[in-house]
Amino acid sequence: MLIEVKVPQLSESVAEATLVSWHKNVGDAVARDENLIDIETDKVVLELPAPAAGVLVEVVKGNGDTVVSGELIARIDTEAKATASAAAPAPATKAEAKAAMVKAAAAPSGTGPAARKALAEKGIDATAVQGSGPGGRVTKADVLGTAIPAAAKPAAPTQSAVPPAPTFAAALPQPPAVNTDAILADRPEQRVPMSRLRARVAERLIQSQSQNAILTTFNEVNMAPVMELRKKYQDKFEKEHGVKLGFMSFFVKAAVAALKKFPVLNASVDGSDIVYHGYFDIGIAVGSPRGLVVPIIRDADQLSLAQIEKKIAEFGQKAKDGKISIEELTGGTFSISNGGVFGSMLSTPIINPPQSAILGIHATKDRPVVENGQIVIRPINYLAMSYDHRIIDGREAVLGLVTMKEALEDPARLLLDI
Amino acid sequence: MANKQFDVVVIGGGPGGYVAAIRAAQLGYAVACIESDAYADPKGEVRLGGTCLNVGCIPSKALLRSSELYEEADHAFEMHGISVSDLKIDVVAMMRRKDNIVTQLTGGIRGLFKKNKVTLLPGRGSFAGRENELWQIKVTGKEGASEVVEALHVIVATGSLPRQLPGIPVDNETICDNVGALALGAVPKRLGVIGAGVIGLELGSVWKRLGAEVTVLEAMPDFLAAADPAIAKEARKILTQKQGLKINLGVKITGVKQGKKGITIDYEMGDEVLKLECDKLIVSVGRVPSTQGLNTEAVGLKIDGRGCVEVDEHCLTNLENVWAIGDVVRGPMLAHKASEEGVMVAELIAGQAGHVNYDAIPWVIYTHPEIAWVGKTETQLKNDGIEYRAGQVPFLANGRALGQGDASGFVKILACAQTDRVLGVHIIGANASELIAEAVTAIEFGASSEDIARICHAHPTLSEVMHEAALAVDKRALHF
Repeated sequence: MLIEVKVPQLSESVAEATLVSWHKNVGDAVARDENLIDIETDKVVLELPAPAAGVLVEVVKGNGDTVVSGELIARIDTEAKATASAAAPAPATKAEAKAAMVKAAAAPSGTGPAARKALAEKGIDATAVQGSGPGGRVTKADVLGTAIPAAAKPAAPTQSAVPPAPTFAAALPQPPAVNTDAILADRPEQRVPMSRLRARVAERLIQSQSQNAILTTFNEVNMAPVMELRKKYQDKFEKEHGVKLGFMSFFVKAAVAALKKFPVLNASVDGSDIVYHGYFDIGIAVGSPRGLVVPIIRDADQLSLAQIEKKIAEFGQKAKDGKISIEELTGGTFSISNGGVFGSMLSTPIINPPQSAILGIHATKDRPVVENGQIVIRPINYLAMSYDHRIIDGREAVLGLVTMKEALEDPARLLLDI
Repeated sequence: MANKQFDVVVIGGGPGGYVAAIRAAQLGYAVACIESDAYADPKGEVRLGGTCLNVGCIPSKALLRSSELYEEADHAFEMHGISVSDLKIDVVAMMRRKDNIVTQLTGGIRGLFKKNKVTLLPGRGSFAGRENELWQIKVTGKEGASEVVEALHVIVATGSLPRQLPGIPVDNETICDNVGALALGAVPKRLGVIGAGVIGLELGSVWKRLGAEVTVLEAMPDFLAAADPAIAKEARKILTQKQGLKINLGVKITGVKQGKKGITIDYEMGDEVLKLECDKLIVSVGRVPSTQGLNTEAVGLKIDGRGCVEVDEHCLTNLENVWAIGDVVRGPMLAHKASEEGVMVAELIAGQAGHVNYDAIPWVIYTHPEIAWVGKTETQLKNDGIEYRAGQVPFLANGRALGQGDASGFVKILACAQTDRVLGVHIIGANASELIAEAVTAIEFGASSEDIARICHAHPTLSEVMHEAALAVDKRALHF
């Protein structure tokens, strides 16, 4: 029986995806649930497990193709036998190279071998590139986008047909052409197309900056109480819950406390409406080899510190393995970005639309502060909260951040809901 | 013990194989190169570099130079006002110099392997099967001891062997192929050469210059059929009239007898029945791809009708991840072509768009004067119905050539009549092998003959003849 392999339902916010790499060739035997192909969306790289055991008999969409939810990409024959390896088709890399080769051959005359190879690898036609060589020839630099702009070159000689008589000005030394070249030669550049993930991140950041009225408010937190609490209960906590007690769970809890008090911080804009959310889904920015991802801790208000820590640890591992699912990245009502893990002291985070606010936390460093008229040293963490000023007034934002500060400086408040 | 595993295993360490191995290692792969003891040194240590370095291009060029010097001392010194008396040639010393060059270069490749972390596996490589996507290659050493290594990709680079003629057994003492012809212990009085190809002409010239009486027998009716007709004609004229090589074409050999006093070759030329007596005989009637011992049947590696491993334009065989390059596949048997293919395959394995431009492979014949060309000959252009313009300028019009005392030959450029694109460049003359590089570059870049004409060439150099020939395409040569 022929089983169709289709792109899974991606998610409401994900329109299309790119097929990254087939792990199987036509003719290969596949086991049920074996990973057939990696699919990259704006948010995540998905593995697509084989829906049934059999032989991959047809690949409809190749590497690099763009697909949408539910699109047919391959067929598996559940009754066929795997063909002998000798009959198996060439590996993907080869097929790609071959496809590129055809294009390379089509490059017009006058394109040198290096330029032809670069064209083939980029899969573009020489006619699509503006040539800078003699007679408009496409050079390697033209293809790679590393050509020295005309402005950097010394002024072109005068255009008049009859060379002008030498003047004092003409006798002056020309701009040091060789130097310009040498400097540029010493500063090589490389052009790499953005991955779909990176392109989407870029698009969303710009969208956020242009559509929200972003303002950032700052405050500082004395982390000593939380640190003390951790020190005191770390061992017991770990024994009990099997996970370390980190700082992040406190920040999540403190944020939730502030969001409860100032619901507009947890709201979003939809057209000309403000949508208040009766749940607290907190996005936590996590670094991954493919870029930053923001998985969501759902109903954070109902989770214990231990449950939050476990969730964060799980996301960290999944991000590392590239296995975070789209569902885990979708939604969210508020975000926390921790630049502190990289040593940041201050930053102004960008709102993750359609959310309206984001908390930035930073590195905790000993700082001189004044308490009761005395200068004392305290472990200080600077908090920054960016918010959409269209719907959030300064008062709510500032008081919200103060709420977080107070909760962190006196964690008992979290217990008592004050 | 588990088998050793590599990303890439190259079978053969000649100019195709060792270059492929180094390029693959540069691209970050774990690479092994299998080389037999075919060219092992006296201690039995494997020598890399294949036919080219050990018994081909390199040693022949060493002998070529020695014989040229001898001949110049004998004939050319006089016109410079230098007199030499009691000129002698010590063939043993000449051979020692040649051997030292070979040793130095082959050792150099070992050094390159070390530098690039390529594992050298001494022995003969053969296919043993495939398991879990890994090809299994059996490496059989000298004493028959063998091990199996595994590789994701295999590159077959086993080269070629001299073609044998039935009834003419090569012993490399009296009847020699390229191996023996490069190692004669003394200058033979009468040398016969069967086959007027590159190897026959080069080696025939060497021994001719050193004093042998050389007769070349060629089955084909045309001399240097692959070369441009004007080049072939000029070469034949210089080799026979000036250098005294006897070249008989359209020859049918009817018998070879080996006696006490030497070898007798009976042959027919046209209606004539002739006989050639010689002391040594070189058989150089082409080379055949070397696939024996690869155990191709075990894995179903396809061999074509001419004995070549069948490959597509990217040197991929009919088997997944098995590639073949160099003399063992279609195309000209040239070391530089093999190397280019090696680089291409390594880059294709890495997912790059590796490529060999088979239209821009230079050919060189190291006779004296040298012959070199790239691109199409006039014959090919005529057959293809392509309109062209030709510019031909002799070295006789070149100051440097005259100063050097060697002004034979010419440069001929063929360019498309419509687009002026350079389609072929043919050189016969001193240093043709070096001069051809400019033409190869021009063809790779699709240059017009006017491009070459507008490029400043240094004076006084032989390269000015290339410049003049480009001008001559447009009938505006300045110095001719």
